[in-house]
Amino acid sequence: MNETDITQLWVYLSTKPLTGLTITLVAYAIGFWLYQKSNRNPICNPVVIAIALIAFVLHLTGTPYAAYFEGAQFVHFLLGPATVALAVPLFRQTATLKRALPVIVFGVLFGSLVASASTVILAWALGASPETLASLAPKSVTTPVAMGIAEEIGGVPALTAVCVIATGIVGATLGPMVMNMARLKDWRARGFAMGVAAHGIGTARAFQVNETAGAFSGLAMGLNTMATALTIPFLWHWIFG
Amino acid sequence: MIAAFALILVCQLFGEVVSELFDLPVPGPVIGLVLLFFGLLISRKPPKVLTDAADNLLIHFSLLFVPAGVGVVTQIDRLKGDWLPIAAALTVSTLLTMVLTALLMSKLFPKQETAEKAEDAQ
Repeated sequence: MNETDITQLWVYLSTKPLTGLTITLVAYAIGFWLYQKSNRNPICNPVVIAIALIAFVLHLTGTPYAAYFEGAQFVHFLLGPATVALAVPLFRQTATLKRALPVIVFGVLFGSLVASASTVILAWALGASPETLASLAPKSVTTPVAMGIAEEIGGVPALTAVCVIATGIVGATLGPMVMNMARLKDWRARGFAMGVAAHGIGTARAFQVNETAGAFSGLAMGLNTMATALTIPFLWHWIFG
Repeated sequence: MIAAFALILVCQLFGEVVSELFDLPVPGPVIGLVLLFFGLLISRKPPKVLTDAADNLLIHFSLLFVPAGVGVVTQIDRLKGDWLPIAAALTVSTLLTMVLTALLMSKLFPKQETAEKAEDAQ
């Protein structure tokens, strides 16, 4: 097989959804394998590894993102049902919820507001464009919801996805160190803060460290998803018109 | 399993329809989440097939972020121009949110278990 044949074969394959889907799963499997090999070191985040591998392959083969997404959309589609499914772990925390409901609701609203306000103010002060601000505002909630919010307020959903994932990784890797420096020792508070600030990626991390922290992180993530989705769009339209 | 997955999709579809119909700024899946949550509260003991289906969807939750994340390749130009505000705002805001929320909650939660060896564990 000479080079033209290979090129033609790739041109043919790159139009098939199967290729994008396969690349996604293989890249993630490699990322997950490396993550486990590294003793679950948060620096070896499987999502980051997978994204880097796929971006590299797309760049190398000159494949446009749209062609890749033809296949990857099947994985992407599951974000919607998975978001609905978050109701189940949330339901498991009902007893905790009932015991400390006012405190939890207050904490979620507080965290949600600090997360979006501090990002927007900082990025604005550093001269980010209006679209970038709108894309950054929902960075602390889980990707599908954040992308939906960004679209509502005039952001770029693809940029939001990148920012959300980066937020999760920063929170999961640096968050515990910073909380140690602040001498925070209550697992409930630590987990809760992780879920509010760093959504699913932070929650996955919290579960690995401590069961209580994980449960509170999941609870906070689920409630923050709702709080942010319900408040940011209204606040945004109210402030920026 | 099929019935459970169908139920999850019905919740999502309901959410999308409500969001569209009333022109709500809230994404459809979030409304679906709220609907399913209240359904679970009413049923008290959710069927195992449903919780299994949900758990299976969530085991590799992070895989589902990959296709959207690869979208970074379409944002290179924007990132080149705005990378400093984005990186600084992301990092500072995330850590600030985490510490402030944890401080607040450690004051508000009733006294109970504490992590004595937080430094060693993480």
